Amino acid sequence: MQSSTEKTAINGSETLVKIRGLHYARGDRVIFDGVDLDIPRGKLTAIMGPSGSGKTTLLRLIGGQLAPDQGSIEVDGLRVHELGRTDLYGLRRRIGMLFQSGALLTDLTVFDNVAFPLREHTDLPEAMIRDLVLMKLQAVGLRGARDLQPSELSGGMARRVALARAIALDPMMIMYDEPFTGQDPISMGVLVQLIRLLNDALGLTSIIVSHDVKETAAISDYVYVISEGKVIGQGTPEALGKTDSDLVNQFMQGLPDGPVPFHYPAPDYMEDLLNA
Amino acid sequence: MLEWIRGLGRSGFSFFQTLGRSNLFLLKMLAGIPSVLVRPRLLIAQLFSVGVLSLPIIVVSGAFVGMVLALQGYNTLVDFGAEESLGVVVALSIVRELGPVVTGLLFAGRAGSALTAEIGLMKATEQLAGMEMMAVDPIHRVIAPRFIAGFISMPLLAAIFSAVGIYGGYFVGVGLLGVDEGAYWAQMQSKVDLYDDVYNGVIKSVVFGFVATWIAVFEGYDTVPTSEGVSRSTTRTVVYSAFAVLGLDFVLTALMFGD
Repeated sequence: MQSSTEKTAINGSETLVKIRGLHYARGDRVIFDGVDLDIPRGKLTAIMGPSGSGKTTLLRLIGGQLAPDQGSIEVDGLRVHELGRTDLYGLRRRIGMLFQSGALLTDLTVFDNVAFPLREHTDLPEAMIRDLVLMKLQAVGLRGARDLQPSELSGGMARRVALARAIALDPMMIMYDEPFTGQDPISMGVLVQLIRLLNDALGLTSIIVSHDVKETAAISDYVYVISEGKVIGQGTPEALGKTDSDLVNQFMQGLPDGPVPFHYPAPDYMEDLLNA
Repeated sequence: MLEWIRGLGRSGFSFFQTLGRSNLFLLKMLAGIPSVLVRPRLLIAQLFSVGVLSLPIIVVSGAFVGMVLALQGYNTLVDFGAEESLGVVVALSIVRELGPVVTGLLFAGRAGSALTAEIGLMKATEQLAGMEMMAVDPIHRVIAPRFIAGFISMPLLAAIFSAVGIYGGYFVGVGLLGVDEGAYWAQMQSKVDLYDDVYNGVIKSVVFGFVATWIAVFEGYDTVPTSEGVSRSTTRTVVYSAFAVLGLDFVLTALMFGD
């Protein structure tokens, strides 16, 4: 397990993740076309954008699961895409990630899921693992659910267990992939509060990828809006609320029509009907 | 016409790409074997689900195959007054051929398809990506134990299939059709050779086990992570494994008994 001194910056910079000139394409489809991003240390940064704008891909690039076509991605001073396997895995131990589905291992109980990273990466005695797991589960309010199977959990509970697992190794950063999608108002409220609380209490750096504008903006310190491969707006949530950009405005306000048209490109309506 | 040639080229490319990926995957998997051996608990769990849970279908099929062989063999042999040789006919057919081949096919259908579906669903539900992000290599943690379990289980299952088949033949031949018990076993003992017959059968089952498990875990790992993708991969596992088992059986038989 990482000691707290190891977790602090290798380079003392205030920026934990630095992305410069990021280009990434999947086949012929360009996903990022020159993206620059800075994720400040200790803050909660949101990356928002319409569905299909490559937000999840961005997290995979930061985690080193994908490599950029051009540009650089630095996490804590390390260029992720140039790291060897051992160094990359070393870095990943200091990063927690919460997947949209929770990604709990379905053949393990809640307790064993949270214990999984501890058992894989440490030689701690079982009694200590038990204490640590119960502490992490207590932090997300699910100490009582330790013996349940993942299939017995609701979507919101599964995400909280995944969150307990993500903080098991006391990471320096957590990345959340669409944490609020498909949640009822209560679990949404719980998650919103937990993410902010954990960030501040554990001194983490958090990145939230989401298109739930209201919830995300409510807890973020800084917001990037991505669309069509570029950063189209950035700033504090308050500043973005007063933006001049029509596109950012349409997204932040959730307007059905605007620069992103309501209608998928089609021939003229009248002609189309008459040609039948 | 041009479109047809283009399509042919595309499928050729995609075939060789898949072949390359599966070979790289095999190398990574083999590199993961030492990490499994130091954690035998992972392997034991997989030996149970791949091997032990396949036992019922193997035992029942083995018994019926042996019984049918004895029935068919007896009807032919009795015309020549050679029904005493029934033990040899049953044992050689099963040990050399049917044991490894039928076990290989059943193994692909029972264990192979389950492996593909399980790994494919783990990929579709981001469990494999989740492990990668927890700095745990899924090939070492998930794939390698399953591969070794299949590789170990298949020859053992084939041996059990053969043994049960021979007893099935005994039940029908000696028990129901009245073949002399001593002749059944004695002729088998004198005509079935340990090296030529039994060992060659074992080699076949080891090869089938290797290939069928490799196909199953690769198809699962390489699946398109959607429900349709997993279902296609599972089908492919069964079809490709069946082709591989039958094709390799011909090649191995030609090499072993060809001269």
